[in-house]
Amino acid sequence: MKIKSQRDFWSGLMFVVVGVVFAVGATNYSMGSSARPGPGYFPLILSVLMAILGGIVLFKALTIESEGGDPIGHFAWRPLLVIVAAIAVFGAALPRLGLVVTVPILIVMTSLAGDEFKWKGVLATAVVLTVGSWAIFVLGLKLIIPMWPWFVA
Amino acid sequence: MDLLGNLALGFGVAFTFTNLLYAFFGCVLGTLIGVLPGLGPVATIAMLLPSIYSLDATPALIMLAGIYYGAQYGGSTTAILINVPGESSSVVTAIDGYQMARQGRAGAALAAAGLGSFFAGCVGTIIIAAFAPPLTELAFKFGPQEYFSLMVLGLIGAVVLASGSLIKAISMIILGLLLAQINTDVISGTARYSFDVPELTDGIGFVVIAMGVFGFGEIIANLGMPAEHREVFTKSVKGLWPTKQDFQQAWPAVLRGTALGSVLGVLPGGGALLASFAAYTVEKKVAGSSGRFGKGDIRGVAGPESANNAGAQTSFIPMLTLGIPPNAVMALMVGAMTIKGIQPGPQVMTSNPQLFWGLIASMWVGNAMLVILNLPLIGIWIKLLTVPYRFLFPAITLFCCIGVYTLNNNTFDVYMTAAFAVVGYLFYKLSCEPAPLLLGFILGPMMEENLRRALLLSRGDWSTFLVRPLSAGLLIAAALMIVIVLLPSIKNKRQEAFQEE
Repeated sequence: MKIKSQRDFWSGLMFVVVGVVFAVGATNYSMGSSARPGPGYFPLILSVLMAILGGIVLFKALTIESEGGDPIGHFAWRPLLVIVAAIAVFGAALPRLGLVVTVPILIVMTSLAGDEFKWKGVLATAVVLTVGSWAIFVLGLKLIIPMWPWFVA
Repeated sequence: MDLLGNLALGFGVAFTFTNLLYAFFGCVLGTLIGVLPGLGPVATIAMLLPSIYSLDATPALIMLAGIYYGAQYGGSTTAILINVPGESSSVVTAIDGYQMARQGRAGAALAAAGLGSFFAGCVGTIIIAAFAPPLTELAFKFGPQEYFSLMVLGLIGAVVLASGSLIKAISMIILGLLLAQINTDVISGTARYSFDVPELTDGIGFVVIAMGVFGFGEIIANLGMPAEHREVFTKSVKGLWPTKQDFQQAWPAVLRGTALGSVLGVLPGGGALLASFAAYTVEKKVAGSSGRFGKGDIRGVAGPESANNAGAQTSFIPMLTLGIPPNAVMALMVGAMTIKGIQPGPQVMTSNPQLFWGLIASMWVGNAMLVILNLPLIGIWIKLLTVPYRFLFPAITLFCCIGVYTLNNNTFDVYMTAAFAVVGYLFYKLSCEPAPLLLGFILGPMMEENLRRALLLSRGDWSTFLVRPLSAGLLIAAALMIVIVLLPSIKNKRQEAFQEE
């Protein structure tokens, strides 16, 4: 069997898998009866619907011809990995290192995701944004965000 | 007259110094993000949600509303000057607006967009003020059956009118509803799908999803595309005032656009985007062979721009009166109200009249501010367009990160957002639209509660949804919508309408 639409094939598969996983999960909770629906009642209905719809998408992807096979195309691995890593590092670093250290780390890391990387511009952005986010979030909005690394404060 | 009294109350609230200040702040910010391509109102409002903890409910909502309709103004500037829609709802504006700019008539195009939007905004505000009270009355008659059916209609409507594959969009709604099931069941207190992770028993924050999918997902997608060469018409913006002939051509288009936008905005899933597409199609039809569409026709700018602003305004109606968000931005507004301890729904008008009418009046004030911000001060915004994306995306990433962290002062949310960034990029790659997912996610808990309550009341009889006339009507409307869209002739038209670029 030939896949006629790559995008639909994979999205259909995704919907089916999610539906099945949630349906299996729903069996752990009490179904109740329709007069007294339990916590598993609504999720089960939804997940079965999800799996059915996913199945239809999958079926259409295998039967209906689409232009050029509707390929997914290249994954932008570098931006994807760099941005996700930068967010995770931000989460890990902020409570320990504070805003003053974390913001420059984040800016340098995310800038690596772009096509151009020039130290001068990146460092200038880092300085401006560190001061700016302090002014907006801490000074202006009075949010409680750790400012300095644990060994300084 | 009631309407006048209510509006007077509203203007009294809107004209206090704080509220004017926040309306202004919202409008500036809205214009800013509207002008900048790659950052939409959904991500911005999500980003700002933590900050409203320190504000009162009224200024907070006034500011968030300002961001939404401000973005409609700002988006047109970018569309006209660099042929890149700053906002999804100005996609069609780019077609003729950019051509006008190339012919040295950027000023006239900007003025038509700005003045048309202002007119539409005024009309939209009056429509909200006039229609909200009767709709609220109606909503008080709703039982759980009606609410459930209304949400079904709302969710179905949201995808029927959207572009792309219908079945995938419905699947995305259900995916959103399922994600909303990760929580603690309100009735029995059972933790569901939490895998013993304590943070998950409270459910996933919708800000986390909105930011991950809309904010980060889009950044990654943008970076994945080859850098485009942008041609910015900075010097040719002069002669802001349109000629007499421009006026004559533009004003009927503005009227048509406003009417169309006001109607489409109220419909679930409508709002600004659909309104602008529909208005462009209508203008083309009306003009017939006399039109120079695609080559710089002022009607192709005035019509859609009025429509998207009118749509942006009237999409507040279902949110304010029924508590049901018709699009992703309104879903965030519902979230903002909940953060401030206001249960969205028909009771808002009676329990918080200051907030309700103040917000409506502030929309008119905001529209007036926007005209001033966008026409005489256009030069400032044009300068912004020359800022390269490599300076913008680190800033956007940073603000999103800080926003997520400060929501609960919790790093778990930050990690979850990173996960949803991957999911968001995956959706983009698989052409699954994320907006229906967010709507489903917001409505999920409400839907389950009303379904279970309705079933309890009817002793497990599902026919209760069809026996009650109001509920049956809503469900039939939902079914009809699907049937109509699936009719072959409409199906082709629908595809055509969204492919015209």
